[in-house]
Amino acid sequence: MTEEAQPAPHYTASELLAVMASRLLRDGQIVFAGVGVPLLAATLAQRSHAPHLTILFEGGTIGPFIVPGQLPPSTNEQRCTRRANMVLPITDVLLLLQRGYVDVGFMGGAQIDKFGNLNSSFIGDADNPQIRLPGSGGGNDISSLTDMIVAMKHEKRRFVEKVDFITSPGWLAGQRTRAERGLPYGGMWRVVTDLAIMGFDRDSREMKVLGLNPGVSREQVADNTGFKLMFAENLERVEPPRQRELEVLRELDPERLYTA
Amino acid sequence: MSSTAQVAPYSELRRATLARDRGLREKVMSLEAAAQLVRDGEHVAIGGCTLSRTPMAMIWALIRAQKKNLVISRSITSTEGDLLLASGVSNHVITSWFSQGIVWGVSKIMRHFTERKLARFEEWSHMSMGLRYRAGAMGIPFIPSRSMLGSDVGERVMEQMRSMTCPFTGEQLTLLPALNPDLALIHVQRCDAFGNAQFDGLQFMDIDIAMAAKRVILTTERIISNEQIRRVPDLTRIPFFAVEAVVEVPIGCAPHECYGVYEPFFGALDDYARRVARAPVSGCRQYLEEYYFSAKSWPDYLSKLGLDAMLDACRRGRSVHND
Repeated sequence: MTEEAQPAPHYTASELLAVMASRLLRDGQIVFAGVGVPLLAATLAQRSHAPHLTILFEGGTIGPFIVPGQLPPSTNEQRCTRRANMVLPITDVLLLLQRGYVDVGFMGGAQIDKFGNLNSSFIGDADNPQIRLPGSGGGNDISSLTDMIVAMKHEKRRFVEKVDFITSPGWLAGQRTRAERGLPYGGMWRVVTDLAIMGFDRDSREMKVLGLNPGVSREQVADNTGFKLMFAENLERVEPPRQRELEVLRELDPERLYTA
Repeated sequence: MSSTAQVAPYSELRRATLARDRGLREKVMSLEAAAQLVRDGEHVAIGGCTLSRTPMAMIWALIRAQKKNLVISRSITSTEGDLLLASGVSNHVITSWFSQGIVWGVSKIMRHFTERKLARFEEWSHMSMGLRYRAGAMGIPFIPSRSMLGSDVGERVMEQMRSMTCPFTGEQLTLLPALNPDLALIHVQRCDAFGNAQFDGLQFMDIDIAMAAKRVILTTERIISNEQIRRVPDLTRIPFFAVEAVVEVPIGCAPHECYGVYEPFFGALDDYARRVARAPVSGCRQYLEEYYFSAKSWPDYLSKLGLDAMLDACRRGRSVHND
Protein backbone atom coordinates (compact mmCIF):
# COMPACT_ATOMS: atom_id res chain seq x y z
CA MET A 1 0.00 0.00 0.00
CA THR A 2 2.84 2.32 0.78
CA GLU A 3 4.28 1.17 -2.54
CA GLU A 4 1.76 3.27 -4.42
CA ALA A 5 3.19 6.42 -3.00
CA GLN A 6 6.67 5.59 -4.22
CA PRO A 7 7.90 6.48 -7.72
CA ALA A 8 7.66 3.67 -10.29
CA PRO A 9 10.79 1.52 -10.03
CA HIS A 10 13.16 1.16 -12.95
CA TYR A 11 13.51 -2.28 -14.47
CA THR A 12 14.99 -4.00 -17.50
CA ALA A 13 13.02 -5.77 -20.25
CA SER A 14 14.14 -9.16 -18.91
CA GLU A 15 13.02 -8.26 -15.39
CA LEU A 16 9.63 -7.25 -16.75
CA LEU A 17 9.36 -10.58 -18.57
CA ALA A 18 10.21 -12.52 -15.42
CA VAL A 19 7.70 -10.58 -13.30
CA MET A 20 4.85 -10.90 -15.79
CA ALA A 21 5.52 -14.58 -16.30
CA SER A 22 5.68 -15.29 -12.58
CA ARG A 23 2.22 -13.80 -12.14
CA LEU A 24 0.83 -16.40 -14.57
CA LEU A 25 1.93 -19.26 -12.35
CA ARG A 26 -0.39 -20.54 -9.64
CA ASP A 27 0.20 -22.13 -6.29
CA GLY A 28 0.46 -25.90 -6.32
CA GLN A 29 1.41 -26.16 -9.96
CA ILE A 30 4.17 -28.38 -11.32
CA VAL A 31 6.26 -26.36 -13.73
CA PHE A 32 8.87 -27.60 -16.16
CA ALA A 33 11.29 -24.67 -16.32
CA GLY A 34 14.26 -23.80 -18.50
CA VAL A 35 17.16 -21.72 -17.17
CA GLY A 36 17.14 -17.92 -17.48
CA VAL A 37 13.87 -16.02 -17.31
CA PRO A 38 11.69 -19.15 -16.81
CA LEU A 39 13.65 -20.24 -13.74
CA LEU A 40 13.72 -16.71 -12.31
CA ALA A 41 9.98 -16.35 -12.87
CA ALA A 42 9.16 -19.69 -11.27
CA THR A 43 11.38 -18.93 -8.26
CA LEU A 44 9.83 -15.48 -7.92
CA ALA A 45 6.37 -17.07 -7.96
CA GLN A 46 7.47 -19.48 -5.20
CA ARG A 47 8.59 -16.56 -3.08
CA SER A 48 5.45 -14.52 -3.57
CA HIS A 49 2.06 -16.02 -4.32
CA ALA A 50 2.90 -19.67 -5.07
CA PRO A 51 4.93 -21.20 -2.21
CA HIS A 52 3.76 -24.72 -3.13
CA LEU A 53 4.82 -24.51 -6.74
CA THR A 54 7.21 -27.30 -7.79
CA ILE A 55 9.95 -26.76 -10.34
CA LEU A 56 11.11 -29.61 -12.56
CA PHE A 57 14.41 -29.43 -14.40
CA GLU A 58 15.08 -31.34 -17.57
CA GLY A 59 18.44 -32.48 -16.18
CA GLY A 60 16.46 -34.67 -13.76
CA THR A 61 15.42 -32.71 -10.68
CA ILE A 62 12.15 -32.46 -8.80
CA GLY A 63 11.56 -29.47 -6.57
CA PRO A 64 14.95 -27.79 -6.07
CA PHE A 65 15.49 -24.38 -4.47
CA ILE A 66 17.93 -22.12 -6.22
CA VAL A 67 20.63 -20.53 -4.10
CA PRO A 68 20.67 -16.76 -4.78
CA GLY A 69 23.69 -15.77 -6.84
CA GLN A 70 24.31 -19.37 -7.93
CA LEU A 71 22.10 -19.65 -10.97
CA PRO A 72 22.84 -22.74 -13.02
CA PRO A 73 24.21 -22.30 -16.57
CA SER A 74 21.92 -25.12 -17.76
CA THR A 75 19.38 -27.42 -16.14
CA ASN A 76 22.01 -30.12 -15.87
CA GLU A 77 24.49 -28.97 -13.22
CA GLN A 78 24.69 -29.73 -9.53
CA ARG A 79 23.37 -26.22 -8.83
CA CYS A 80 20.02 -27.51 -10.08
CA THR A 81 19.79 -30.12 -7.34
CA ARG A 82 20.07 -28.01 -4.18
CA ARG A 83 17.58 -29.14 -1.59
CA ALA A 84 15.60 -31.02 -4.24
CA ASN A 85 13.05 -33.68 -3.34
CA MET A 86 14.40 -36.11 -5.89
CA VAL A 87 16.92 -36.49 -8.66
CA LEU A 88 16.09 -38.92 -11.44
CA PRO A 89 17.29 -39.79 -14.95
CA ILE A 90 16.56 -37.28 -17.72
CA THR A 91 14.31 -39.70 -19.58
CA ASP A 92 12.19 -40.23 -16.48
CA VAL A 93 11.75 -36.57 -15.65
CA LEU A 94 10.65 -35.97 -19.24
CA LEU A 95 8.29 -38.95 -19.01
CA LEU A 96 6.45 -37.10 -16.21
CA LEU A 97 5.18 -34.87 -19.02
CA GLN A 98 3.87 -37.85 -20.94
CA ARG A 99 2.34 -39.32 -17.80
CA GLY A 100 0.47 -36.04 -17.27
CA TYR A 101 1.96 -34.73 -14.03
CA VAL A 102 3.06 -31.37 -15.39
CA ASP A 103 0.82 -28.27 -15.47
CA VAL A 104 3.02 -25.83 -17.31
CA GLY A 105 6.11 -25.92 -19.48
CA PHE A 106 7.99 -22.68 -19.50
CA MET A 107 10.79 -21.70 -21.86
CA GLY A 108 12.39 -18.96 -23.93
CA GLY A 109 11.97 -18.76 -27.67
CA ALA A 110 14.02 -17.74 -30.71
CA GLN A 111 11.23 -17.53 -33.31
CA ILE A 112 7.47 -17.95 -32.98
CA ASP A 113 4.59 -17.83 -35.45
CA LYS A 114 0.95 -16.83 -35.24
CA PHE A 115 -0.10 -20.33 -34.17
CA GLY A 116 2.51 -20.43 -31.41
CA ASN A 117 4.88 -22.85 -33.11
CA LEU A 118 8.48 -22.36 -32.00
CA ASN A 119 11.66 -22.65 -33.99
CA SER A 120 15.02 -23.21 -32.32
CA SER A 121 16.59 -25.33 -35.06
CA PHE A 122 17.12 -23.52 -38.37
CA ILE A 123 16.95 -19.97 -39.72
CA GLY A 124 16.24 -20.33 -43.43
CA ASP A 125 15.74 -23.59 -45.28
CA ALA A 126 16.58 -26.61 -43.12
CA ASP A 127 18.52 -28.24 -45.97
CA ASN A 128 20.49 -25.09 -46.60
CA PRO A 129 20.24 -22.98 -43.46
CA GLN A 130 21.52 -19.45 -42.96
CA ILE A 131 21.94 -20.32 -39.30
CA ARG A 132 21.91 -23.71 -37.62
CA LEU A 133 20.51 -23.12 -34.13
CA PRO A 134 21.14 -25.43 -31.14
CA GLY A 135 17.94 -27.45 -31.59
CA SER A 136 15.06 -28.81 -29.55
CA GLY A 137 16.55 -30.06 -26.32
CA GLY A 138 13.40 -30.93 -24.39
CA GLY A 139 11.44 -28.18 -26.14
CA ASN A 140 9.68 -30.51 -28.53
CA ASP A 141 8.70 -32.90 -25.73
CA ILE A 142 7.50 -30.21 -23.35
CA SER A 143 5.42 -28.39 -25.96
CA SER A 144 4.02 -31.66 -27.28
CA LEU A 145 2.77 -32.77 -23.89
CA THR A 146 1.74 -29.82 -21.71
CA ASP A 147 0.47 -26.21 -21.64
CA MET A 148 3.20 -23.78 -22.54
CA ILE A 149 4.34 -20.33 -21.49
CA VAL A 150 7.01 -18.71 -23.63
CA ALA A 151 8.95 -15.60 -22.61
CA MET A 152 10.79 -13.78 -25.39
CA LYS A 153 11.75 -10.43 -26.88
CA HIS A 154 9.10 -8.87 -29.08
CA GLU A 155 10.76 -8.25 -32.46
CA LYS A 156 9.42 -8.48 -35.98
CA ARG A 157 12.06 -11.00 -37.01
CA ARG A 158 11.09 -13.24 -34.08
CA PHE A 159 7.31 -12.95 -34.54
CA VAL A 160 6.76 -14.33 -38.01
CA GLU A 161 3.74 -15.46 -40.05
CA LYS A 162 5.17 -18.97 -40.30
CA VAL A 163 8.31 -20.29 -38.62
CA ASP A 164 11.05 -21.65 -40.87
CA PHE A 165 10.94 -24.94 -38.97
CA ILE A 166 8.64 -26.28 -36.26
CA THR A 167 10.93 -27.44 -33.47
CA SER A 168 8.34 -27.21 -30.70
CA PRO A 169 4.73 -27.59 -31.80
CA GLY A 170 2.19 -24.94 -30.87
CA TRP A 171 -1.22 -25.09 -32.53
CA LEU A 172 0.45 -26.22 -35.82
CA ALA A 173 -1.80 -24.85 -38.62
CA GLY A 174 -4.48 -23.62 -36.23
CA GLN A 175 -8.02 -24.80 -35.48
CA ARG A 176 -7.93 -28.50 -34.59
CA THR A 177 -4.76 -29.45 -36.44
CA ARG A 178 -2.73 -30.04 -33.28
CA ALA A 179 -5.10 -32.72 -31.99
CA GLU A 180 -5.52 -34.19 -35.46
CA ARG A 181 -1.78 -34.74 -35.79
CA GLY A 182 -1.65 -36.78 -32.61
CA LEU A 183 -1.20 -34.11 -29.92
CA PRO A 184 -4.50 -34.05 -28.01
CA TYR A 185 -3.06 -32.42 -24.86
CA GLY A 186 -1.20 -29.21 -24.09
CA GLY A 187 -0.50 -26.38 -26.48
CA MET A 188 0.78 -22.82 -26.44
CA TRP A 189 -1.06 -20.98 -23.64
CA ARG A 190 0.69 -17.64 -23.09
CA VAL A 191 3.42 -15.66 -24.79
CA VAL A 192 4.99 -13.02 -22.59
CA THR A 193 7.12 -10.30 -24.17
CA ASP A 194 8.63 -6.94 -23.29
CA LEU A 195 5.59 -5.34 -25.00
CA ALA A 196 2.55 -7.47 -24.25
CA ILE A 197 0.98 -10.65 -23.05
CA MET A 198 -0.72 -12.89 -25.57
CA GLY A 199 -2.92 -15.93 -25.67
CA PHE A 200 -4.54 -17.83 -28.53
CA ASP A 201 -8.06 -17.62 -29.93
CA ARG A 202 -10.13 -20.56 -28.77
CA ASP A 203 -11.37 -21.46 -32.26
CA SER A 204 -8.82 -20.32 -34.83
CA ARG A 205 -5.87 -20.73 -32.44
CA GLU A 206 -4.31 -17.51 -33.74
CA MET A 207 -2.23 -15.38 -31.43
CA LYS A 208 -4.27 -12.75 -29.62
CA VAL A 209 -3.08 -9.84 -27.50
CA LEU A 210 -4.62 -10.03 -24.03
CA GLY A 211 -2.79 -7.22 -22.27
CA LEU A 212 -0.37 -4.38 -22.91
CA ASN A 213 2.71 -3.66 -20.83
CA PRO A 214 3.01 -0.30 -19.06
CA GLY A 215 3.40 2.52 -21.58
CA VAL A 216 2.98 0.28 -24.64
CA SER A 217 0.40 1.02 -27.38
CA ARG A 218 -1.48 -1.37 -29.67
CA GLU A 219 0.36 0.13 -32.63
CA GLN A 220 3.74 -0.56 -31.05
CA VAL A 221 2.85 -4.22 -30.61
CA ALA A 222 1.48 -4.49 -34.15
CA ASP A 223 4.54 -2.74 -35.61
CA ASN A 224 6.89 -5.23 -33.95
CA THR A 225 4.97 -8.29 -35.11
CA GLY A 226 5.44 -9.90 -38.53
CA PHE A 227 1.82 -11.00 -38.88
CA LYS A 228 -1.64 -9.63 -38.20
CA LEU A 229 -2.36 -9.96 -34.51
CA MET A 230 -5.80 -10.36 -33.00
CA PHE A 231 -6.61 -8.13 -30.02
CA ALA A 232 -8.92 -9.09 -27.17
CA GLU A 233 -12.01 -6.91 -26.78
CA ASN A 234 -11.07 -5.81 -23.30
CA LEU A 235 -7.34 -5.32 -23.23
CA GLU A 236 -5.81 -5.72 -19.82
CA ARG A 237 -3.35 -3.06 -18.67
CA VAL A 238 -0.43 -4.93 -17.12
CA GLU A 239 0.56 -3.66 -13.70
CA PRO A 240 4.25 -2.63 -13.62
CA PRO A 241 6.71 -4.69 -11.58
CA ARG A 242 6.54 -3.99 -7.87
CA GLN A 243 9.62 -3.08 -5.89
CA ARG A 244 9.35 -6.33 -3.94
CA GLU A 245 9.30 -8.44 -7.13
CA LEU A 246 12.37 -6.66 -8.49
CA GLU A 247 14.21 -7.11 -5.21
CA VAL A 248 13.70 -10.87 -5.34
CA LEU A 249 14.95 -11.05 -8.93
CA ARG A 250 18.02 -8.97 -8.11
CA GLU A 251 18.76 -11.11 -5.10
CA LEU A 252 18.57 -14.26 -7.25
CA ASP A 253 20.62 -12.83 -10.11
CA PRO A 254 22.96 -10.22 -8.59
CA GLU A 255 25.39 -10.46 -11.51
CA ARG A 256 22.55 -9.84 -13.99
CA LEU A 257 23.38 -12.96 -15.98
CA TYR A 258 19.83 -13.27 -17.21
CA THR A 259 18.25 -9.93 -16.32
CA ALA A 260 20.62 -7.35 -17.86
CA MET B 1 21.40 -45.57 -45.39
CA SER B 2 18.20 -47.58 -45.24
CA SER B 3 16.00 -47.00 -42.25
CA THR B 4 16.06 -50.60 -41.07
CA ALA B 5 19.87 -50.53 -40.89
CA GLN B 6 19.56 -48.04 -38.03
CA VAL B 7 18.34 -50.71 -35.64
CA ALA B 8 20.84 -53.42 -34.77
CA PRO B 9 19.50 -56.89 -35.61
CA TYR B 10 18.62 -58.69 -32.38
CA SER B 11 20.70 -61.75 -33.33
CA GLU B 12 23.78 -59.55 -33.73
CA LEU B 13 23.14 -57.88 -30.38
CA ARG B 14 22.78 -61.23 -28.62
CA ARG B 15 25.88 -62.62 -30.32
CA ALA B 16 27.97 -59.58 -29.37
CA THR B 17 26.85 -59.82 -25.75
CA LEU B 18 27.51 -63.55 -25.54
CA ALA B 19 30.98 -63.08 -27.00
CA ARG B 20 32.01 -60.69 -24.22
CA ASP B 21 34.04 -61.86 -21.26
CA ARG B 22 31.46 -61.27 -18.55
CA GLY B 23 33.40 -62.78 -15.68
CA LEU B 24 34.32 -60.84 -12.58
CA ARG B 25 37.77 -59.70 -13.72
CA GLU B 26 39.97 -56.66 -13.27
CA LYS B 27 40.03 -54.29 -16.22
CA VAL B 28 41.99 -51.27 -15.07
CA MET B 29 44.05 -49.64 -17.81
CA SER B 30 45.48 -46.32 -19.00
CA LEU B 31 43.61 -43.70 -21.02
CA GLU B 32 45.81 -44.52 -24.00
CA ALA B 33 45.08 -48.24 -23.78
CA ALA B 34 41.35 -47.55 -23.45
CA ALA B 35 41.48 -45.33 -26.53
CA GLN B 36 42.75 -48.32 -28.49
CA LEU B 37 39.45 -50.10 -27.78
CA VAL B 38 37.66 -47.55 -29.97
CA ARG B 39 37.70 -48.33 -33.69
CA ASP B 40 37.31 -45.76 -36.47
CA GLY B 41 33.74 -45.37 -37.67
CA GLU B 42 32.12 -46.69 -34.51
CA HIS B 43 29.10 -45.16 -32.79
CA VAL B 44 30.25 -43.72 -29.48
CA ALA B 45 27.65 -42.58 -26.93
CA ILE B 46 28.82 -40.00 -24.41
CA GLY B 47 27.50 -39.99 -20.86
CA GLY B 48 26.58 -36.98 -18.74
CA CYS B 49 24.78 -33.96 -20.13
CA THR B 50 25.92 -30.51 -21.31
CA LEU B 51 28.62 -29.48 -18.80
CA SER B 52 28.09 -32.35 -16.39
CA ARG B 53 29.99 -35.60 -15.88
CA THR B 54 31.36 -35.35 -19.42
CA PRO B 55 34.03 -38.06 -19.85
CA MET B 56 36.41 -35.35 -21.03
CA ALA B 57 39.66 -37.19 -20.35
CA MET B 58 38.52 -40.11 -22.51
CA ILE B 59 37.47 -37.72 -25.28
CA TRP B 60 40.84 -36.00 -24.89
CA ALA B 61 42.54 -39.38 -25.40
CA LEU B 62 40.40 -40.21 -28.48
CA ILE B 63 41.27 -36.87 -30.07
CA ARG B 64 44.96 -37.35 -29.31
CA ALA B 65 44.76 -40.85 -30.85
CA GLN B 66 43.24 -39.14 -33.94
CA LYS B 67 40.30 -41.47 -34.32
CA LYS B 68 38.29 -41.03 -37.51
CA ASN B 69 34.63 -40.95 -38.56
CA LEU B 70 33.14 -41.65 -35.15
CA VAL B 71 29.39 -41.21 -34.88
CA ILE B 72 28.77 -39.41 -31.60
CA SER B 73 25.52 -39.46 -29.67
CA ARG B 74 24.66 -37.62 -26.45
CA SER B 75 21.59 -36.25 -24.71
CA ILE B 76 22.87 -32.66 -25.00
CA THR B 77 26.18 -31.80 -26.63
CA SER B 78 28.44 -29.01 -25.38
CA THR B 79 32.10 -28.06 -25.97
CA GLU B 80 33.16 -31.70 -26.35
CA GLY B 81 31.08 -31.75 -29.54
CA ASP B 82 32.98 -28.73 -30.87
CA LEU B 83 36.29 -30.44 -30.16
CA LEU B 84 35.25 -33.73 -31.75
CA LEU B 85 34.18 -31.93 -34.94
CA ALA B 86 37.11 -29.51 -35.15
CA SER B 87 39.64 -32.31 -34.57
CA GLY B 88 38.17 -34.37 -37.41
CA VAL B 89 37.36 -37.24 -35.05
CA SER B 90 33.64 -37.09 -35.80
CA ASN B 91 31.48 -35.80 -38.62
CA HIS B 92 28.13 -37.03 -37.36
CA VAL B 93 26.52 -36.02 -34.07
CA ILE B 94 23.16 -37.39 -32.91
CA THR B 95 21.78 -35.20 -30.12
CA SER B 96 18.91 -33.01 -28.95
CA TRP B 97 20.81 -29.74 -28.45
CA PHE B 98 24.26 -28.66 -29.51
CA SER B 99 26.07 -25.57 -28.19
CA GLN B 100 28.39 -24.73 -25.32
CA GLY B 101 25.55 -23.59 -23.05
CA ILE B 102 22.80 -20.95 -23.16
CA VAL B 103 24.96 -18.22 -21.60
CA TRP B 104 27.62 -18.59 -24.32
CA GLY B 105 25.22 -18.48 -27.30
CA VAL B 106 25.11 -20.66 -30.41
CA SER B 107 28.23 -22.77 -31.04
CA LYS B 108 30.22 -21.27 -33.89
CA ILE B 109 31.96 -24.60 -34.49
CA MET B 110 28.67 -26.47 -34.76
CA ARG B 111 27.46 -23.77 -37.16
CA HIS B 112 30.63 -23.88 -39.27
CA PHE B 113 30.60 -27.64 -39.71
CA THR B 114 26.87 -28.15 -40.18
CA GLU B 115 26.10 -25.11 -42.34
CA ARG B 116 28.93 -26.07 -44.72
CA LYS B 117 27.73 -29.68 -44.65
CA LEU B 118 31.09 -30.87 -43.35
CA ALA B 119 29.29 -32.69 -40.57
CA ARG B 120 25.80 -33.92 -39.78
CA PHE B 121 23.89 -32.76 -36.70
CA GLU B 122 21.03 -35.22 -36.45
CA GLU B 123 18.44 -33.72 -34.12
CA TRP B 124 16.01 -35.73 -31.99
CA SER B 125 13.98 -34.41 -29.07
CA HIS B 126 15.58 -34.91 -25.66
CA MET B 127 13.04 -37.48 -24.46
CA SER B 128 13.36 -39.31 -27.78
CA MET B 129 17.13 -39.61 -27.33
CA GLY B 130 16.50 -41.04 -23.88
CA LEU B 131 13.82 -43.46 -25.04
CA ARG B 132 16.00 -44.64 -27.92
CA TYR B 133 18.79 -45.55 -25.49
CA ARG B 134 16.22 -47.12 -23.17
CA ALA B 135 14.83 -49.29 -25.96
CA GLY B 136 18.41 -50.30 -26.72
CA ALA B 137 18.94 -51.15 -23.05
CA MET B 138 15.71 -53.15 -22.98
CA GLY B 139 16.71 -55.27 -25.97
CA ILE B 140 13.70 -54.21 -28.04
CA PRO B 141 13.88 -52.71 -31.54
CA PHE B 142 11.67 -49.67 -30.92
CA ILE B 143 9.62 -47.89 -28.30
CA PRO B 144 6.36 -45.96 -28.74
CA SER B 145 6.10 -42.36 -27.61
CA ARG B 146 3.71 -39.40 -27.75
CA SER B 147 6.39 -36.85 -28.65
CA MET B 148 7.83 -35.61 -31.98
CA LEU B 149 4.40 -35.78 -33.67
CA GLY B 150 3.30 -32.94 -35.94
CA SER B 151 6.65 -31.12 -35.81
CA ASP B 152 9.46 -30.71 -38.33
CA VAL B 153 11.91 -32.31 -35.88
CA GLY B 154 9.95 -35.50 -36.41
CA GLU B 155 9.55 -34.92 -40.16
CA ARG B 156 13.28 -34.51 -40.62
CA VAL B 157 14.14 -37.93 -39.25
CA MET B 158 11.01 -39.60 -40.61
CA GLU B 159 13.07 -42.03 -42.68
CA GLN B 160 14.29 -43.52 -39.39
CA MET B 161 11.09 -43.14 -37.41
CA ARG B 162 7.66 -44.66 -37.83
CA SER B 163 4.28 -43.68 -36.58
CA MET B 164 1.46 -46.04 -35.86
CA THR B 165 -2.10 -46.24 -34.73
CA CYS B 166 -2.17 -47.92 -31.35
CA PRO B 167 -3.73 -51.39 -31.68
CA PHE B 168 -5.36 -50.99 -28.23
CA THR B 169 -6.62 -47.40 -28.20
CA GLY B 170 -6.49 -46.17 -31.78
CA GLU B 171 -4.25 -43.23 -30.83
CA GLN B 172 -1.42 -41.95 -33.00
CA LEU B 173 2.04 -42.81 -31.66
CA THR B 174 5.64 -42.28 -32.68
CA LEU B 175 7.85 -45.36 -32.89
CA LEU B 176 11.42 -44.53 -31.96
CA PRO B 177 14.18 -46.87 -33.19
CA ALA B 178 16.44 -48.32 -30.49
CA LEU B 179 19.99 -47.00 -30.19
CA ASN B 180 22.66 -49.58 -29.38
CA PRO B 181 25.95 -47.67 -29.49
CA ASP B 182 29.14 -49.62 -30.16
CA LEU B 183 30.64 -47.91 -27.15
CA ALA B 184 29.58 -45.84 -24.19
CA LEU B 185 32.01 -43.47 -22.47
CA ILE B 186 30.90 -42.76 -18.92
CA HIS B 187 32.60 -40.88 -16.11
CA VAL B 188 31.68 -41.67 -12.50
CA GLN B 189 32.74 -40.58 -9.04
CA ARG B 190 33.83 -44.11 -8.09
CA CYS B 191 33.93 -47.70 -9.23
CA ASP B 192 35.90 -50.84 -8.44
CA ALA B 193 38.54 -52.53 -10.60
CA PHE B 194 35.83 -54.82 -12.06
CA GLY B 195 33.70 -51.91 -13.26
CA ASN B 196 30.92 -51.83 -10.65
CA ALA B 197 30.09 -48.15 -10.92
CA GLN B 198 28.46 -45.85 -8.41
CA PHE B 199 27.70 -42.26 -9.16
CA ASP B 200 26.21 -39.35 -7.26
CA GLY B 201 23.85 -36.56 -8.19
CA LEU B 202 22.20 -36.29 -11.55
CA GLN B 203 22.08 -39.56 -13.47
CA PHE B 204 21.32 -38.20 -16.92
CA MET B 205 20.94 -41.13 -19.37
CA ASP B 206 24.01 -42.98 -18.18
CA ILE B 207 22.44 -46.23 -16.99
CA ASP B 208 20.48 -46.69 -20.21
CA ILE B 209 23.50 -45.76 -22.33
CA ALA B 210 25.66 -48.29 -20.49
CA MET B 211 23.12 -51.08 -20.84
CA ALA B 212 22.36 -50.27 -24.48
CA ALA B 213 26.01 -50.13 -25.56
CA LYS B 214 28.00 -53.08 -26.83
CA ARG B 215 31.03 -52.00 -24.77
CA VAL B 216 31.49 -49.50 -21.93
CA ILE B 217 34.61 -47.54 -21.05
CA LEU B 218 34.39 -46.16 -17.52
CA THR B 219 36.56 -43.33 -16.32
CA THR B 220 36.39 -42.64 -12.62
CA GLU B 221 37.50 -40.06 -10.10
CA ARG B 222 38.76 -42.93 -7.96
CA ILE B 223 38.89 -46.70 -7.89
CA ILE B 224 37.54 -48.21 -4.69
CA SER B 225 37.65 -51.80 -3.49
CA ASN B 226 35.06 -54.41 -4.36
CA GLU B 227 34.45 -54.70 -0.60
CA GLN B 228 33.39 -51.04 -0.50
CA ILE B 229 30.99 -51.67 -3.38
CA ARG B 230 29.51 -54.71 -1.63
CA ARG B 231 28.83 -52.70 1.53
CA VAL B 232 26.39 -50.47 -0.37
CA PRO B 233 25.29 -52.43 -3.46
CA ASP B 234 22.11 -50.38 -3.65
CA LEU B 235 24.25 -47.49 -4.86
CA THR B 236 25.75 -49.44 -7.76
CA ARG B 237 24.20 -48.22 -11.00
CA ILE B 238 26.23 -50.00 -13.69
CA PRO B 239 27.12 -53.69 -13.24
CA PHE B 240 30.68 -54.91 -13.87
CA PHE B 241 29.74 -57.27 -16.71
CA ALA B 242 28.66 -54.40 -18.93
CA VAL B 243 32.05 -52.74 -18.56
CA GLU B 244 35.11 -53.29 -20.78
CA ALA B 245 37.64 -50.90 -19.28
CA VAL B 246 38.19 -48.90 -16.10
CA VAL B 247 40.47 -45.88 -16.09
CA GLU B 248 41.18 -43.86 -12.96
CA VAL B 249 41.33 -40.16 -13.94
CA PRO B 250 40.98 -37.64 -11.12
CA ILE B 251 39.34 -34.40 -12.30
CA GLY B 252 38.49 -36.34 -15.45
CA CYS B 253 35.66 -34.02 -16.57
CA ALA B 254 37.57 -30.73 -16.51
CA PRO B 255 36.65 -28.09 -17.55
CA HIS B 256 33.16 -29.54 -17.10
CA GLU B 257 31.78 -30.58 -13.70
CA CYS B 258 31.58 -33.77 -11.69
CA TYR B 259 28.82 -33.65 -9.07
CA GLY B 260 30.06 -33.12 -5.53
CA VAL B 261 33.71 -33.02 -6.61
CA TYR B 262 34.07 -29.94 -8.82
CA GLU B 263 31.81 -27.46 -10.60
CA PRO B 264 32.59 -26.22 -14.13
CA PHE B 265 35.84 -24.31 -14.60
CA PHE B 266 34.00 -21.16 -15.67
CA GLY B 267 37.15 -19.18 -16.44
CA ALA B 268 38.38 -21.88 -18.82
CA LEU B 269 34.96 -22.11 -20.47
CA ASP B 270 34.84 -18.32 -20.96
CA ASP B 271 38.37 -18.41 -22.38
CA TYR B 272 37.41 -21.16 -24.83
CA ALA B 273 34.30 -19.22 -25.88
CA ARG B 274 36.39 -16.07 -26.51
CA ARG B 275 38.91 -17.92 -28.66
CA VAL B 276 36.18 -19.53 -30.75
CA ALA B 277 34.25 -16.27 -31.06
CA ARG B 278 37.33 -14.53 -32.50
CA ALA B 279 38.10 -17.20 -35.11
CA PRO B 280 35.88 -20.27 -34.89
CA VAL B 281 37.87 -23.02 -36.58
CA SER B 282 41.41 -21.75 -36.14
CA GLY B 283 40.61 -20.69 -32.57
CA CYS B 284 39.34 -24.17 -31.75
CA ARG B 285 42.27 -25.87 -33.47
CA GLN B 286 44.70 -23.66 -31.61
CA TYR B 287 42.96 -24.63 -28.39
CA LEU B 288 43.34 -28.30 -29.36
CA GLU B 289 47.01 -27.82 -30.11
CA GLU B 290 47.62 -26.09 -26.80
CA TYR B 291 45.50 -28.18 -24.45
CA TYR B 292 45.27 -31.51 -26.24
CA PHE B 293 48.22 -32.26 -28.50
CA SER B 294 51.00 -30.48 -26.65
CA ALA B 295 49.95 -31.67 -23.18
CA LYS B 296 52.21 -34.49 -22.03
CA SER B 297 49.57 -36.17 -19.90
CA TRP B 298 46.15 -35.55 -18.34
CA PRO B 299 47.80 -34.01 -15.24
CA ASP B 300 49.79 -31.77 -17.60
CA TYR B 301 46.48 -30.73 -19.24
CA LEU B 302 45.12 -29.95 -15.78
CA SER B 303 48.16 -27.86 -14.94
CA LYS B 304 47.46 -25.81 -18.07
CA LEU B 305 43.99 -25.08 -16.67
CA GLY B 306 45.78 -23.86 -13.54
CA LEU B 307 45.86 -24.81 -9.90
CA ASP B 308 43.84 -21.75 -8.83
CA ALA B 309 41.08 -22.61 -11.27
CA MET B 310 41.05 -26.20 -10.10
CA LEU B 311 40.89 -25.34 -6.43
CA ASP B 312 38.09 -22.87 -7.08
CA ALA B 313 36.11 -25.45 -9.09
CA CYS B 314 36.68 -28.06 -6.35
CA ARG B 315 35.66 -25.69 -3.57
CA ARG B 316 32.40 -24.93 -5.40
CA GLY B 317 31.91 -28.59 -6.29
CA ARG B 318 32.26 -29.85 -2.74
CA SER B 319 29.94 -27.13 -1.45
CA VAL B 320 26.97 -29.46 -2.10
CA HIS B 321 28.09 -31.39 0.99
CA ASN B 322 28.11 -28.29 3.18
CA ASP B 323 24.65 -28.44 4.68
